Parts: sequence; C-alpha cells; structure tokens
Amino acid sequence: MRNTHDIDVTELPQRAEELLTGGHRLALVAAHHDEHGLRVVYLFVAGPPDTRTELHVRLAPNQPEAVPTLAHLSFPAGRFEREMRDLFGIVPLDHPLPRRLVRHFHWPRGWYPMRPQAGPTPAFGEQEGPYPFLEVEGDGVYEIPVGPVHAGLIEPGHFRFSVVGETILKLKARLWFVHRGVEKLFQGRSVAAGLPLAERISGDTAVGHALAYCLAVEEATGTEVPLEAQNARAMLLELERIHNHVADLGMLCNDVGHGILNAHAQRVREQLLRLNKEVTGHRLLRGGVVPGGAALHALPDLVRLKAIGEDIREIADLALGHSTVHDRFTGTAILHTEAARTIGCLGYVARASGLGADARITHPFTPYDDTRLTVPVHDSGDVLARFLVRAEEIDVSLALIEHFTEGLSAPMAVLAPPSASGTTTLRTGVGLVEGWRGSITTRVELAPDGTLARVKPVDPSFFNWPALPVALADTIVPDFPLTNKSFNLSYAGNDL
Amino acid sequence: MSTAVGYAAVAGQVVLVGAGAPVVTGWMRQVRARLEGRAGAGVLQPWRDARKLLRKEPITPVGTGPAFRTAPALLVATTAVAAALVPLLSTDTPVSSHADLILVVALIALGTMALALAGLDTGTAFGGMGASREMTVAALVEPTILLSVFALSIPAGTTNIPAIVSGAAHEPARLASPAGLLATAALAVAVLAETGRIPVDNPSTHLELTMIHEAMVLEYAGPDLALVELGAQMRLTLLLGLLSSLFVPWGIATGSSWVALGVALVLFAAKICLLGAVLAAAEVFWAKVRLFRVPELLAGSFLLALLAVTASYFLSGVS
Repeated sequence: MRNTHDIDVTELPQRAEELLTGGHRLALVAAHHDEHGLRVVYLFVAGPPDTRTELHVRLAPNQPEAVPTLAHLSFPAGRFEREMRDLFGIVPLDHPLPRRLVRHFHWPRGWYPMRPQAGPTPAFGEQEGPYPFLEVEGDGVYEIPVGPVHAGLIEPGHFRFSVVGETILKLKARLWFVHRGVEKLFQGRSVAAGLPLAERISGDTAVGHALAYCLAVEEATGTEVPLEAQNARAMLLELERIHNHVADLGMLCNDVGHGILNAHAQRVREQLLRLNKEVTGHRLLRGGVVPGGAALHALPDLVRLKAIGEDIREIADLALGHSTVHDRFTGTAILHTEAARTIGCLGYVARASGLGADARITHPFTPYDDTRLTVPVHDSGDVLARFLVRAEEIDVSLALIEHFTEGLSAPMAVLAPPSASGTTTLRTGVGLVEGWRGSITTRVELAPDGTLARVKPVDPSFFNWPALPVALADTIVPDFPLTNKSFNLSYAGNDL
Repeated sequence: MSTAVGYAAVAGQVVLVGAGAPVVTGWMRQVRARLEGRAGAGVLQPWRDARKLLRKEPITPVGTGPAFRTAPALLVATTAVAAALVPLLSTDTPVSSHADLILVVALIALGTMALALAGLDTGTAFGGMGASREMTVAALVEPTILLSVFALSIPAGTTNIPAIVSGAAHEPARLASPAGLLATAALAVAVLAETGRIPVDNPSTHLELTMIHEAMVLEYAGPDLALVELGAQMRLTLLLGLLSSLFVPWGIATGSSWVALGVALVLFAAKICLLGAVLAAAEVFWAKVRLFRVPELLAGSFLLALLAVTASYFLSGVS
C-alpha cells in the first residue's frame, strides 16, 4: 500500500516531477534527525486506488544541510520547504521565495527548535531582524493592519490589507502566532500519551487528528483494527463534521447581519454537542477514537439526528431564500478552479471550486462502498459555493452516520489485540483522514522501544491558507470577514 | 403659566431623550433577542454598561488632539439641543419659533461631522476607514432628509417644525397624501442610515472591517465611550421621535395645559416604544446589504423624496 524509495538527493526533482505528473499530490514533507545525518521524507498520495509513495532523501553528515527545491513543481512543496528551513535549518536550494514562514522576527538567530541539540527555548537574544511587509505604492493606496488580536473570539493572525478606496489590492496574512511546538512535544511520548496531544492539534478537529494519528500508529505497529471499531470511527468523524459545519453556516449568516439564523444554528449546534457528550463523554468528541479501536458510551439517537437534519435544512433554505443574504454570498471572493488546483486546496474550499477530492474516497480506512457516499461539488468558487457545499455535506454526513451506526452496539470499547511487537527496526505509518476541513495527513515513526520518535501532522489549513488572499483580490474590505469565515481555516492546526 | 408649561415641555423633552434613549436601545435589543429566541440582556443593560464605563479611568490615545477629545461632548450637546427644538411633547414652547427643520438637520450633521473628525484624529486605519464610510453615507443621506423636509414644508408653507406638526395634527389629510407617504418612506430610510442600523450598518457586529459608525469610535474608552454611546442612542431616539412627530402628530400638546403635556408624555413614550419594536422586528428579517449597495438604497430613498416634492407641487396645487 505504501511504497518507500530511498533516493539520492540529486534524483529528487525528477522523481517528484514524475509522481506529480502521474496524478499524485504532495501530502507531507517531514525532516528527521537520524543517527547518521538528516533524512527528509516526501509523501505523495493519489487515489483511488489508495496509493502512497514516499521518497526518502538522506543527507550524510558531511553533506551540506540542503535539498533541491520542489517549489517550481508544486506550490505546497515550497511552503513545506520554508517551514522545514525555519524549524530544522535545512535550506531549500534555489527556492523562488526564500523568505521566512514560521519564524517571527523575534526568534533568536540561528536557533532551530526541531534540531536534537536545540535544547529548551532560549531567551530572546539577537533577533533575526526585520521582516517587512511588501508595500503597495500608488495614488490613494493605504494599508489597514488588523490583528493579531481580534475583536471576536477567534485565533490570532495578522492581516495587512493594501487597499485603494474599499477594494483590496493585496492581502498578506501573517500567522504563526500560536506555535506550541507540537511536533517536538510528541517526541519521546508513549503512543497512548500522544493521543491527547493529537486531539488538541486543532481543538475543533479532535476526531480528525486523533484518527489520523491512530491510523498512522496502527500501521506502524501492524495493528488490525476490527471493522466495528472502524465504523464507529467513521461515524464519529461525521458527527464532528456536522457540528462544525452547522456552526459556520450560522456564523456566515451572522456576518451579513442576519442574526436570527445564527441564533438557530447555534441552538442546533448545542443539541449536537450534547449528543456528542452522550456518545463519547466529551462535547468535542475527545476520547472516542483510541489507538487500536474506538470507545463509545452510547450510540447517537437517530431520531433526534433526523430532526436536527430537518432543522439544519430549514436554516440553510431560509438563508438561501433571503435575497440580501443570497446577494452577499453570490460572487464574493471567487477562488477559481485553476488557482485552487495550483495552490493545492483541500476540503470544502477545493470542492466549492470544482475539485472533488475527498480522502473518504481516495484513502478509505473502512469500506465506504455501499454507503452511497456522494461528494457535493460546486464550481463557482464563491462564498455561496462554500456555503452550499457545507450545507450539502451535512446531509451526506447524516446518511453516513445512519449507515455506520447500524450494527454497532453501545456502550462499547473495541480494541485490537495487541500486535506482536518487539522488532527493533524503525517502524513507520501514515494516516489519511477526511476531517471536516479537508484531508489530514499524519506520519508517525516509532522508536525501537515503542515510543514516538517523530510525528508530523498536516492540517488542511496548511494547504488552504494561501488561497485566502488569492480569493480576496478585487474583493471589497467589508467582505473580508465573510470570506474568512467561509474558509474558516485553523490557525493552530496550521502552526503546530 | 403658559411659559411654565413651555419650559417644562422643553426640559421634559431633553431629559426624556437623554434618560430614555438607553432604555429605548435596551428595549429594541430585548425585542430582537426575544424574536430570535434568545433571553436577552434586559431593557436596562445599556444603562448598566454606561455605569460600568463611567467608573473606568479616562484614556486617550497618544497623539490625538482636541477633535478627538471634544467630539463625545459635542455629539451629546448637539443632540440635546436638537431634542429641545423638535416638538416631541409640545408645539408651543419658548423655543418653538427657532425650531427650523433645516437647523435640526444641521445639528445632527454637526454631530456626525464631529465624530468623523475624531475618527480621523486617531490616525488609525480603522478611524479613517470608518470616517470615510460615514461621510459617504452622510453625503447621500443629507439631500434625502432635506428633500423630504421640503415635501412636508410645502403644504405648511414653512420649515418650522412645530408649525408643520400642528398643521398636520389639525389637517390629517396632508399626511395621507402621496407626498406625505412618499416623504415618510424616504425619511424612514434616511433615519436607518443616519443611525447606523441594518441594512446599512450593523450596530451589534464585532467585525472591525465591516463597521461604519463603530469603526470611528473604536479608540474611545471609559467615560468618553459612555458619552459616545449615549450620543448615538439619543440620536436614534430623537430621530424616531422626529419621525413620529412628523407623521403621527396626534397627542402632541398644542396648547399650554399640564394635562395635555402629561398625555403627550405618555403617548410619546408609547409611540417610541412601538416604533422601536417595529424597527427591531424588521431588523430580524433584514440582513446587511453589501457596502457598495448602500448608495443604491440611499439613491432609492432620495428618489422617493424627490417624488414627494414633485407630488406635493402637482397635487396640492401650489405652484
């Protein structure tokens, strides 16, 4: 299922190009510090059928810490390389945009947190120096700086608008204010202790990240998870999708000043959160997915879910039937298909721009064949399309929950039998999950003693953030909050 | 005796608008909350907010000048003067002869102007952005207000508000005329825009980038903010009062009797509560239009005002 190729550093661009032109997408780039120098893993995935190809590039200790860039082949690759440079100090050679990504200007110069010898965070010393914004010059062009602290209860991010009149000429988003060092925190933990961390990579995606982590760990340990547990996981994944989608549908209405639909959407969300608590004991579904299986306190009440589904449908219909709301959504912040493809967008952002990728189809972890899973796709790329995709996904999710709940019993705690471990080789695994924001990729390497040697999670937000400024070109400033909400990207999941 | 009633009426108007405005805002929020299925914070919440703000220390941003510091007081003062002039309770007051509609509109515009200058004075992007948007809206609203005023003043033959109001109270046919109805509609839209309500502005938003009025006053804190909020609430009450005086003038005291004044007071409170409830209910069903659609909306109201003027020329036979 997963092919691993050890290649020489000079082969990398050619091999990557072959894979990318062959229909693969770059899902993950992770650097590793082995005993004998550096190793960079490039994970390419395609599907269906589920295909995963890894390229391992080893750099001997006497070689310079540099790899040839893939930025000209794949836009996400360029961003992974910049992240790697900031955290590991591995230089992408001939990178077209060699600017910092993760590192704010107060980070100490020459300190790379992911290196083994990095040690504890040093005091702020000699700074990396200024990191200026590109200034757009011209008659009547002015800048609006927003954030990183915002008026609402949202995560921190700084946005710099260059505006003429009310039209946005350029938007630069500077994120990375919430760097917690998640990847470093994983190292050395036991598999069980890694789970709470995975659930907190992005608080609203507890199931998605936990599941990707568990799938990766299970592949690494050779654990066969029973079908019943996999179906329970698939059900939890859809529960998470619904409560996030419905909250955002309401907030999109609130952002155009139509508060009543938000009040009702939040009412429905509260019902869902209470249902979640009954099912897993946690309102955000933590503790439902565990390494080797799943644990349920109760099964979701399908009668109540049906009523909730009808409520949501009514809310969505009322929003779309309101001429002003419909007008505000239509044609706002269009992300064209070609731009979405080049940037490598995932999830509902991609599906609203005509790209129908979905990890439930390309990389299923449990059979979705007889679920009649349909992936809603719209191609207008505007706020309306993103609204419609998400409203339709709720219906699909409700059908999936009904399907997967059949044959489950609760309370249940299905765990796979412990696999015969004890091999001393480095064991690796990859988990691919369609979280509510899009495809989550997590790659795990286990140390010989069974602890986590390296965990690299990638949230879809990492791929989708660059699409936001592209969609906003020529949009007016007052439509930015609406657009931002329609993307609803994670700051914490992006930053790690 | 008559002057005593008159002075009492003027004082009553100012006190009523000043003290009642936060309650009106609280009432509208409460109506809206209940209609949306929420519990709401209670009618007195704006007063509680004001008390909280007044207890805080005054802070002004570095580099701001007199425009920023005087704007809150100027806003409240202009609104208070306008509240004294507009015949909310009585048409027969010592200041009646000065209560020109154009003067009232100018006083309101002066308050808007003061806030816009304060927004610019802060030197922040939001202040400037809010001021620019507010001025764009104001520039489109002023002509509408003036034109609907002309439409109303043509049958009365004067722009003196007490004269228009008492004329309409004695001759209701003026209000039911096409000119009266068109002017009502035009002025209602203008009031929505001037007070920053949905569909033009959203007073309850937290999104800085979509704000118009709130963006200008983002830098205010403590007692200054309390004044700014009071000023905005007073303007809303005053303009609703103006609307009701012009188009539902019945019950306003036209003579100098204490009884009539008492009746006027009760009726005024009832009218404002009703009008506020209607506006709050309407806001539940509306959504905020795109900023670039606001001029279209205001152009529409301007057209209505223009039709009102035309109608009052053609249909009333005045030439």
